Amino acid sequence: MSAETVMTPPSQVAAPPEPRRMAHGTKHRVQSRVFRIGRWVVIIGFLIATLVPFYYMLLLSVKPIGSLLQNPASLWVSPSEFTLQTYVDVLSSTASGGQGFGRFLVNSGVVALASVGLALLIGIPGAYAIARLPFIGRRYVSGVFLAAYLFPAILMAIPLFVGFTRLGLRGNLVGLIIVYTAQTVPVAIYMLRNYFETVPEAIEEAGLVDGLTRIGVLRQISLKLALPSIMSTGLFVFMIAWNEFLFALLFLVDRRERWTVSLGLSQLSGSVEVPTTVLMAGSVILTLPIIIIFFATERLLTGGLTAGAEKG
Amino acid sequence: MSTTVTETKQPPTKTDTTGKRVTLTQRDARLGLWLMSPTLLVVLVIVIFPLLWSILLSFQRMRLIQIGRADFFEPLTLANYERVLGSSAFWSSLVITFIYTFGSVVLVIFLGVLAAMAVRQPFRGRTFVRAAYLLPYVAPVVAVTFVWRTMLNPQFGIVNIVGQNVFGWDEPIPFLSQAVGTWNLFGLEIPVPTALLTVIVFEGWRYFPFAFLFLMARLAAMSDEPEEAALVDGATPWQSFRFIVLPQLMPIIGLLAVLRTIWTFNEFDDIFLLTGGAAGTNVASVQIYNYLTVQRNVGQAAAQSVIMALVLVAMLAVYLLILRRRGERV
Repeated sequence: MSAETVMTPPSQVAAPPEPRRMAHGTKHRVQSRVFRIGRWVVIIGFLIATLVPFYYMLLLSVKPIGSLLQNPASLWVSPSEFTLQTYVDVLSSTASGGQGFGRFLVNSGVVALASVGLALLIGIPGAYAIARLPFIGRRYVSGVFLAAYLFPAILMAIPLFVGFTRLGLRGNLVGLIIVYTAQTVPVAIYMLRNYFETVPEAIEEAGLVDGLTRIGVLRQISLKLALPSIMSTGLFVFMIAWNEFLFALLFLVDRRERWTVSLGLSQLSGSVEVPTTVLMAGSVILTLPIIIIFFATERLLTGGLTAGAEKG
Repeated sequence: MSTTVTETKQPPTKTDTTGKRVTLTQRDARLGLWLMSPTLLVVLVIVIFPLLWSILLSFQRMRLIQIGRADFFEPLTLANYERVLGSSAFWSSLVITFIYTFGSVVLVIFLGVLAAMAVRQPFRGRTFVRAAYLLPYVAPVVAVTFVWRTMLNPQFGIVNIVGQNVFGWDEPIPFLSQAVGTWNLFGLEIPVPTALLTVIVFEGWRYFPFAFLFLMARLAAMSDEPEEAALVDGATPWQSFRFIVLPQLMPIIGLLAVLRTIWTFNEFDDIFLLTGGAAGTNVASVQIYNYLTVQRNVGQAAAQSVIMALVLVAMLAVYLLILRRRGERV
């Protein structure tokens, strides 16, 4: 607790030596104590609320369905019950009696990675232009993109559904990739622009003076300096594309072999034939990549997103 | 145009059509447009064009079957709007959407402030706690809704088991399939929209991290001095929160309210996955989805989505007015 005592914030120092404080008496002291205890109650309460569902997910995924139904109150799995058969069932193909999540994983991976690639390919030049180049309308363009990002997906869903049906892109992963790219480019630009702006202009000018073209400066100087940020932007896009549900549902629902993991889980969880525990294994498979990415890059991600918030 | 110092060091390689030399700034400007153009194209094709088309569709009679044949020049009609505005289902879903949005936004901001204030001061394990709090927001919506549905399951869900064994509930509560339940409070029987409340609580759980994240950033950037001064002057912790911290958080809270309202008002995934729009949770976007895929009426779906967009814009205008007035007073 030594770190704690050193860092104790001023608002929590009880019974301070100054005589002025003594006049304020017991009300003050009682409130301080309530706040100090209440704070820990709140911290632990939130921790339980956020972690228990994930623990429950993991727990149910390693139990046979029979033991869940027999003893639903149990929050533990005994070694004799422990099984990974659920994962085998959910991952193996339908031909061999499983649920085909292996196939869904490939689909989700292809869609998410392609969206990341395209969003960065389109977003990096755009963000650089907004950060550095004085083109006409530069001041308004980021506002327009932000508005595009804020626009509710359901509004665009109808015309895109109709249009993609006519173009024959519905029921096709390419259609999904296009939509995800369009949805994530505005965010990518928003995040990347902040980073490009932090690259000192003097370095870029030095590059220009040394005979590099603008594109050369972008490729050889700015991109290298902004590489960590580009990674975090890419991971953020990956998370959005991996988690997306509405468009996957609208575009792919009739084609089981093209389902993403999200879509597969939602479709199968509606039926009674697939045991809950097997689907929980599917949930873990769906969630795990996101949690790994998130914990690996939490700092980068949260910093990039709230970059504007400190200014208030 | 005369050559500048920069240009002598790096002579322009491009000339425009008239053969005149172009300055570096002009070239940068032109390059800027080039670099922007892919983004502009994508946003135009996938966002702006669909929006306009959506408006057009809302004035046309169009069924899903006709998609293959229909074109942009179908005759215009107001029939879709008449049908939407004339149906009681629309009005009841509008009311539900309002309650759902208001309840969720208030809950999200309240929980966000609570969590941010609780972890404001450093303690051991703070980094882990902060990351854990963000989990509901980053985890895939399909996975978390499935876990919630399982936890709330009346037969074997852990919540109902604990409720019956520990809290002494007489019977399991069908959290997601009961439209109206009754609570017995001191002999009074109070009707409660069970499923709608459950969905709102879920929203609070899933999106409080978003508010938490932004409030944390603001709190970290805030100066301690006013609070220390207030402490010396004998302010209680509550007073220092209420009169010093909270006012500084208000701009961010306002922004969060606007953002969350935009997103919650048209939220589809969460409700569709939790209740499918049953049991009094038929919010507008789920209804639009049903018009589109179940009734296969594209025109009517488009009409309702345009109406919802207009309501949203009107709400945001009111919000901004209130915020501006607040801003003037403070």
